[in-house]
Amino acid sequence: METTFSALLEDSAEDLYENAPCGYLSTLMDGTIAKINATLLGWLGHERAELLGRRRFADLLPVGDRIYHETHFAPMLRMHGEIGGIALELVRADGTRMAVLVSSTVKTSANGTAQLIRTTIFDAGDRRAYEHELLRARQEAEQERDRVQLLASTLQRTLLPPSLPDVPGMDVAAYYHPASADEVGGDFYDLFPLTGDTWAFFLGDVSGKGAEAAVVTSLTRYTLRAAAVQEPGPASVLKRLNTALLKDQHGATPRFCTAIHGLLEPAEDGAKVTLASGGHPPALVIRHRGAAELLDTRGGQLIGALPDARFVEVELHLRPGDTLLLYSDGLTEARTHGRVRYDEEDLRDWADTLDVGSATETVAAVSLLLDSFGDGVDDDTALLALSVRLLGDERP
Amino acid sequence: MDARRRNNVTVIGCEDAPTVLLAHGFGCDQNLWRLVVPDLSKRFRIVLFDHVGSGRSDVAAWSPQRYTTLDGYAEDVLEICAELDLRDVVLVGHSVSAMIAVLAANREPERFAKLVLLTPSPCYLDDGDYRGGFTRADIDELLDSLESNYLGWSAAMAPVIAGNPDRPEVAGELEAAFCRTDPAIARVFARTTFLSDNRADLADVTVRTAVLQCSSDAIAPREVGQFVHDRIEGSVLVTLDAIGHCPQLSAPEQTAAAIAEFAGAR
Repeated sequence: METTFSALLEDSAEDLYENAPCGYLSTLMDGTIAKINATLLGWLGHERAELLGRRRFADLLPVGDRIYHETHFAPMLRMHGEIGGIALELVRADGTRMAVLVSSTVKTSANGTAQLIRTTIFDAGDRRAYEHELLRARQEAEQERDRVQLLASTLQRTLLPPSLPDVPGMDVAAYYHPASADEVGGDFYDLFPLTGDTWAFFLGDVSGKGAEAAVVTSLTRYTLRAAAVQEPGPASVLKRLNTALLKDQHGATPRFCTAIHGLLEPAEDGAKVTLASGGHPPALVIRHRGAAELLDTRGGQLIGALPDARFVEVELHLRPGDTLLLYSDGLTEARTHGRVRYDEEDLRDWADTLDVGSATETVAAVSLLLDSFGDGVDDDTALLALSVRLLGDERP
Repeated sequence: MDARRRNNVTVIGCEDAPTVLLAHGFGCDQNLWRLVVPDLSKRFRIVLFDHVGSGRSDVAAWSPQRYTTLDGYAEDVLEICAELDLRDVVLVGHSVSAMIAVLAANREPERFAKLVLLTPSPCYLDDGDYRGGFTRADIDELLDSLESNYLGWSAAMAPVIAGNPDRPEVAGELEAAFCRTDPAIARVFARTTFLSDNRADLADVTVRTAVLQCSSDAIAPREVGQFVHDRIEGSVLVTLDAIGHCPQLSAPEQTAAAIAEFAGAR
């Protein structure tokens, strides 16, 4: 016991410095090497005389690291008086490289003047190899994520019309905001011509998100498009969709949706609209220079849940400047700044104060409203607005 | 456009004195001027800012489209000048900001009284007879070096670095945030900085210019400072007795004096 202790005492500070298991380096403030230990000299393969007073610390670095040293390391060290755990490489006398972790502190005199820089250097070969692996894995994950986002956005585009058709005498506008760039949203809308002067439109929301939801959205869109041509009115179109979704129920996740589907017939004095809702939030009518009202379609049931679902059909007339707005619950269930849920009555009261005369202005106003909620919008949001064009002299 | 917020603009010093606008370079933020500001602010009105993506700028304003060329940064400088209605500005650009300053001054020469190019380099890559000091492989190595050292950059720091006015409690963490940048942004800024070639823009400078270089600088060697001086007609070349690329840190009194002398001269 006593002999071990005295052996420890004989381990002089000088020997500890020279042969420590890490490199020690002291430099002047300009980086000129003033002192270096045997361990570091051994790693580098340099003679002491080659370095002392003749080379700077940055001279031991490869060029890329030298730039990093000048632009990051040295400024940080000057500002903070210390810097730690920086991954660099040293160039050995034979030109080979060695991965190291470097920490430095500035030694100041009693009056606060910076005198020299003390640096410790650890061999980090194994650690750097491991970090390279981590880095590679992260890069792969980032690429993977880019691919998923590309896939989601491409699939999303196939589920929405690339642009809305021109409807004579009408202004039409739509908006779609997916809640996440990684997943296909569950909201959908469309507007397309039927025979003669009639146009069909729909907007809805399928349960769930992602690939499963995309399958239901696709089925729903094609069914609605086909049924709109064949069935006599919106309520029977939704019935067809109900049957199609019920037939398609296999697998663990039930497939249902909410939707509003309607027919639009532009006329001399405006447009006639017939629409039916299946469990969807009520459409909003914003009368030109008048009040906003929610269309009462209560009683319309969720589509794809019950065999004998009921759907409620209503009719309305749009006059010049009137706007019909369909929206999904991404809007009416958004959390406002007070963190309370926005709801349909809030939307109506807000629309009451709006002074808009076209679908385009309405959609622009609602998208600003959505922006104002910031991260309060946590679901996909779709908007579809239809308005009868004002005659030139009626523009506000 | 709120350039003041976007670029975290700070105005200090003498209100009625000539305006000195200090633009920091790659790798840091406006704190890099900390040691020269006390001297300069006695004689001038000092305007400091962070480039978008650096310091406490609004990171949300960053886009790869705008900031893959130095023109995007020059545009920001002009927007700051316009928003604060700065006139007869002495624009001091350090490192890459020296070329940003050149671009800004060439776009709106009437805005600026003088340019101070501190350790400038119009082109870091060697090209024929021109010796910028670096090869393409060197720059790729720098990008790797950045990548390895941002392993320690944590997403949790992002709001602190971005500057979050809703969270005053993080103000004390400012020190920790100093010179930290989102690695993705730093990478783009590094590429933009070291792969730009603005040699042709030097001949277009009409604003009175001083080139301040260090006696020994691994990033912008003296030949490069001489090249900038030769290409800008009527420019003054001052060699500071300082080592390294950041004389405002390694020789702050000398640097402040050189800036003040040129900025204050008639």
